[in-house]
Amino acid sequence: MSKASSKGIWKVISASSMGTMIEWYDFYIFGSLAVVISTKFFPSDNPTAAFLSTLATFAAGFVVRPFGALFFGRLGDLIGRKYTFMVTLMLMGGATFLIGCIPSYETIGFMAPVLVLILRLLQGLALGGEYGGAATYVAEHAPKGERGYWTSWIQTTATVGLFVSLMVILITKSVMSKEAFEDWGWRVPFWVSVLMVVVSYYIRKGMHESPVFAKAKAEGKTAANPLKESFGNKYNLKFVLLALFGATMGQGVVWYTGQFYAMNFLKTVQSIDSSQVDTLLGIALVLGTPFFVVFGKLSDKVGRKNIMMLGMLIAIIAYRPIYRAMYTTTDLTKKTEIVEKTTTVPSMKVVEGTKIDSIYTTNRAYTDGTTVEEIKTIHMEEGKVMLDDKGKEKVETKITKKINNADRWMLVFLVFIQVIFVTMVYGPIAAFLVEMFPVKIRYTSMSLPYHVGNGIFGGLLPAISTYLVTTAKDAGDVEFYLEGLWYPIIIAGVCFVIGMIYIDKKINTLHE
Amino acid sequence: MNALKKLLGIIWILLAAAVSYYCIAIFGGKLSSGKQDDLVFGIIIFFILLPLVVSGLGLFGYYCLTNEYDEDYD
Repeated sequence: MSKASSKGIWKVISASSMGTMIEWYDFYIFGSLAVVISTKFFPSDNPTAAFLSTLATFAAGFVVRPFGALFFGRLGDLIGRKYTFMVTLMLMGGATFLIGCIPSYETIGFMAPVLVLILRLLQGLALGGEYGGAATYVAEHAPKGERGYWTSWIQTTATVGLFVSLMVILITKSVMSKEAFEDWGWRVPFWVSVLMVVVSYYIRKGMHESPVFAKAKAEGKTAANPLKESFGNKYNLKFVLLALFGATMGQGVVWYTGQFYAMNFLKTVQSIDSSQVDTLLGIALVLGTPFFVVFGKLSDKVGRKNIMMLGMLIAIIAYRPIYRAMYTTTDLTKKTEIVEKTTTVPSMKVVEGTKIDSIYTTNRAYTDGTTVEEIKTIHMEEGKVMLDDKGKEKVETKITKKINNADRWMLVFLVFIQVIFVTMVYGPIAAFLVEMFPVKIRYTSMSLPYHVGNGIFGGLLPAISTYLVTTAKDAGDVEFYLEGLWYPIIIAGVCFVIGMIYIDKKINTLHE
Repeated sequence: MNALKKLLGIIWILLAAAVSYYCIAIFGGKLSSGKQDDLVFGIIIFFILLPLVVSGLGLFGYYCLTNEYDEDYD
C-alpha cells in the first residue's frame, strides 16, 4: 500500500473508530452503573426486583438493537454509509445525555423508569445502526487481503468503550464522596458523552462516502429494497442464518462472559469492592485489547473461521475451571481471620413509625491482607423482627471484600485470559461478516446477525446467568456460582459445531 | 460432508423443538407466578429468545435438510 493511501485509511479508521467507541461508551455506562441506576429509577421496596428491572432495561437496550440494524441498515444501503452513521452518532449522544438529566423516581414517580426505558431503547436503536455502518465503511476502504487487519481496529472499540466507561466512572468516584456520587455524581459519565459526540461528529463530517458504495450508486447498482433482498431472498437468508448460528451467536456469549459476566461475578458473587473490580477489569482490558488487532491480522493469513472457532472451543473448555479459580481466590473459608482485630459496631435507624432497622457493622481482617466489611441489617417493627412473604425473618447481609495485591493480580490474569478468548472470536468477525454479503445489501445483511447474536444471545446473558445462579443457590447447590456458565457454554457449543461443519473457507471469497 | 450437513438438519430442528418444550415446561409457570423477577425472566424467555431460537434454528435446519449448505453454495 502506498504512503498516501495508508494515510487515507488511517484517517478512515480513526474517524470511524472514535465514533463507534463513543457509542459503545454511551451504551456501557448504563450497564456499569446498573446498581446505582436501579436505586434511582426503580421502586426500592425489593432490591432484587429493582436490580432485575435494571437488567431488563439493559436487556431492552440489547433486544432493540436488531431493529436498529434493520432500520439504519436499510438506510445505509439506500442513501450511504457515511450519512447513516452520522445520524446514529447524534441519536446515541442525545439519548445518553438525557438519561443523565432524568429526575429520580422519588421526584417524578413512575415517569422516571418510563423515560429511562424509552431513552435506553433509543440507545439500542442507534447502536444497532452504528456498528454495521462503521465496519462496512472501513472494510470497503481496506485493500484486498487486509480486511481482517483494518476492520480489527473497529473491533477494539467495544472493549475500549467499556474501558473508557469504567475509567470515567472511577475518576468521577475519586473526585467526590461516596454519598455525592450516589446522589448526583453518577450522572456525570452520561453528561461527558456529549463532549465526545460533538468532537466525533466534526471529525466524521469531513469524511467521504465509501468508494465501493459510491461506485455502486453511480452505476445504479444499489438495492431498491434492501430488506426484501436481504431476508426475502433464500440465497441471502441462508447466509444470514449461518452467520447467526455459526458465528455471531457464540461470539456474543463469549464477549459478554469475558467482560460483563466476569464483572458481575466479581461484584455480586465474590462481593469484591466495586472500585477494585473496575480497576482490575480495566487492567485486563488494556492488556487484552491489542490482541484484537493481532487476531484480526492473523485472520488475513490463516482464515477467519479457524481463529474464531478455536477461541470458542477453548472458552467452552476453560470457563468452569477459570470461574472456580476466581471464586477460590477470594473464598474466606480458605483464609485465616485475625480474630483480635474483628470489631462490631451496632447502630439503629428509624425507618418510619415503629419500624426500625437494627444495623451491625462488622469489620474483619485476614492474615493475607484481605479485609471484609459486613453490614447486617435486621428489619424490625414494634420490637419484633419482620417476616417476608415466605415467613422468613427480614435480615439482609451485605459483604464487601477488599482484596490483597496477590489476589488482585491473580484475578487480573483470570479475566485477561477471558479477554483473549473475546479477541479471538471478535477480532476477525467484522471482516468475516462483510465478506459474506454483496455491497448493495451489505449494511443490512451483516448488521442483523451481528446484533441478534451479540445483542440478544450475548446481551441476555447477565439476566439468564444471574437467574441460573440464584436458582441454584436457593436449591442449596454447593457450586451454585458456576451454574450461570451453562448458558454461554451451551450456546457457544452449538455455535461451534455449526460453524465447524457449515462455514466453508469459500464463504470469505464470495464477495471480495 | 454434504450428507452430514443434511443429517444434522434433523438435529437442529429437533433442538429447536426441544428448546421450546424445555422453555414451556420449565419456565411456563414463571409468567404467572406473580413475582416481578420471575415475570421479567419469563418475558425474556417467551417473547424474545424462544421465537428466535425456534423459528431461526428451525429454518436453518430446514435449509440444511434441503441441501442449501452443500459444498458448492449454490
